[in-house]
Amino acid sequence: MSEPKADDQRPKLEIDKVSKAYGDFLALRECDFSVARNEIVSIVGPSGCGKTTLLWSMSGLHGVSGGEIRLDGVPITKPHRDIGLVFQESNLLPWRNLRGNILFPYEITGETPDHDWIAHLLERVGLKGFEDAMPGALSGGMQQRASIVRALSQHPSVLLMDEPFGALDSFTREDMNRLVEEIWLESKTTIVFITHSIEEAVFLSDRVVVLSGRPGSVAAIHDIDLPRPRTDEVMASRQVFDLMNAIKGGIAGARTKAAE
Amino acid sequence: MGDITPEFQKKRGGGGVDVTNLSAFAAGGASRTQAEIVAIIATAIIVIGGLELALRLFEVPLYIMPPPSAIAMALIKDFPFIAPHLGHTLVELFAGFAIGASIGLILAAVITQFPFSEKIIAPYILLLVTTPMLALVPLLILRFGFGYTPRIIAVALASGPMVMINAATGFRRVDSAKIALARSYGASTLQIFWKIRAPMALPMILVGLMIGSIFGLLTAVGAEMVGGGFGLGNRLTSYSSMIQMPQFFAVVLILSLLGIAIYVTFFLIGKKWASWDA
Ligand SMILES: Nc1ncnc2c1ncn2[C@@H]1O[C@H](COP(=O)(O)OP(=O)(O)O)[C@@H](O)[C@H]1O
Ligand SMILES: [Mg+2]
Repeated sequence: MSEPKADDQRPKLEIDKVSKAYGDFLALRECDFSVARNEIVSIVGPSGCGKTTLLWSMSGLHGVSGGEIRLDGVPITKPHRDIGLVFQESNLLPWRNLRGNILFPYEITGETPDHDWIAHLLERVGLKGFEDAMPGALSGGMQQRASIVRALSQHPSVLLMDEPFGALDSFTREDMNRLVEEIWLESKTTIVFITHSIEEAVFLSDRVVVLSGRPGSVAAIHDIDLPRPRTDEVMASRQVFDLMNAIKGGIAGARTKAAE
Repeated sequence: MGDITPEFQKKRGGGGVDVTNLSAFAAGGASRTQAEIVAIIATAIIVIGGLELALRLFEVPLYIMPPPSAIAMALIKDFPFIAPHLGHTLVELFAGFAIGASIGLILAAVITQFPFSEKIIAPYILLLVTTPMLALVPLLILRFGFGYTPRIIAVALASGPMVMINAATGFRRVDSAKIALARSYGASTLQIFWKIRAPMALPMILVGLMIGSIFGLLTAVGAEMVGGGFGLGNRLTSYSSMIQMPQFFAVVLILSLLGIAIYVTFFLIGKKWASWDA
């Protein structure tokens, strides 16, 4: 919103040789890629390879040990207003109803809630009429949709999502993927999406970054040149099959290399 | 903050309640069917009536165990005389509990912010919890006389540590993902405390308040039995020394009802404000 228009060619997010250590333990080593404006990039990799660590660095929740992460060219050192986060499992506050959860960001920042926008989002994700429900009374899919509304409520230009649908059944998951695609087509935010599902990554992304573990580093980057919206027909094509195999092969290769 | 880790806590089970169940969900729990109410009343009649019958049948002397009817009569007849004593006990309970619980809550909130100091202080808290504060009452009376003061101090000393130890357990239940959520919007330490840590601790705080107030009641009555001419505890000693057993049991009954009232109060508060933790 506020950044100069002239910078449209510059990447939205630059992950510049980022390393991260927890004490003596090196979790990430020189991860290097960038995310273009309005792009959806997925990060896939086995459990424990450092995906969450990387996302937390991108969100400014914790610092990096080496390298730099830049948003619109400015280094990220602390949580940023322009970045919305969707957590693993919905991470709703169980003692607040949906309305209370969605207004939580506004309570913290002290801004006046954008009620029209929130109402629009609730309608968009099919939660209109559930404002007074407590999270514990809702299905996992509904909880995660509420957390997406919360993340989008303050108009972030970047949405970081950490295995948001990992705990959902595959049908709900497909619905949620379609919802993310629709929201993205509508709002054109930049999305970084962490998943361990290759199919989910291919369905959603413009590019897929494969992370290999110990320490986490970029093993491969795949371009997903598929038309949007990604219909069942597109997803059933030979091209998708080949892409998924290539990514799978890349992960397997990275693992055997790491095991050596 | 050092307590942020990317490993998120697993939620407790049962997240998938269907929306159509929502009304049943809300209606369930406390509401009882007519049959249940009848059964509850019938049981009460059988238990109390049976007790009455047995005590009369076996001609148990009044000074050992008066029948329920005698206790009820004593309660009605002597209540005007007992009531001021009940008032004194309540004053001691409320004053002592208010002081003890406030200090306990504040200490719990502060101490859990500093895990290092917590480790050092923990043994003393345990000592306070396990020491029967009644033992100190004669000492307190020596120092403060026979008025309210020693009793209020005893109640505070008994309830405070109970509140504190439970509240501390609650404050220690940090959910790093929820704190991260708050931090991602730039929340201050104070905001994190009031909007995340405190509500998260609330169910345990309520448990602490309930246990603390019941301990406070016991301590108030015990302190009254040790010395001083007023309060329900004083009634217990004086009635038993005069072998006025119906009156004695009438006071015991009042104390039981007080305990139940405390329990029900906190149960209802918990149901209203902390049922998400159920
Ligand atoms: N706060 C922490 N302190 C020490 N090690 C950590 C911490 N958080 C994560 N790790 C370790 O870093 C590695 C990457 O973790 P994480 O980023 O959560 O992986 P992923 O999200 O890909 O499953 C794991 O080996 C994990 O045990
Ligand atoms: Mg993770």
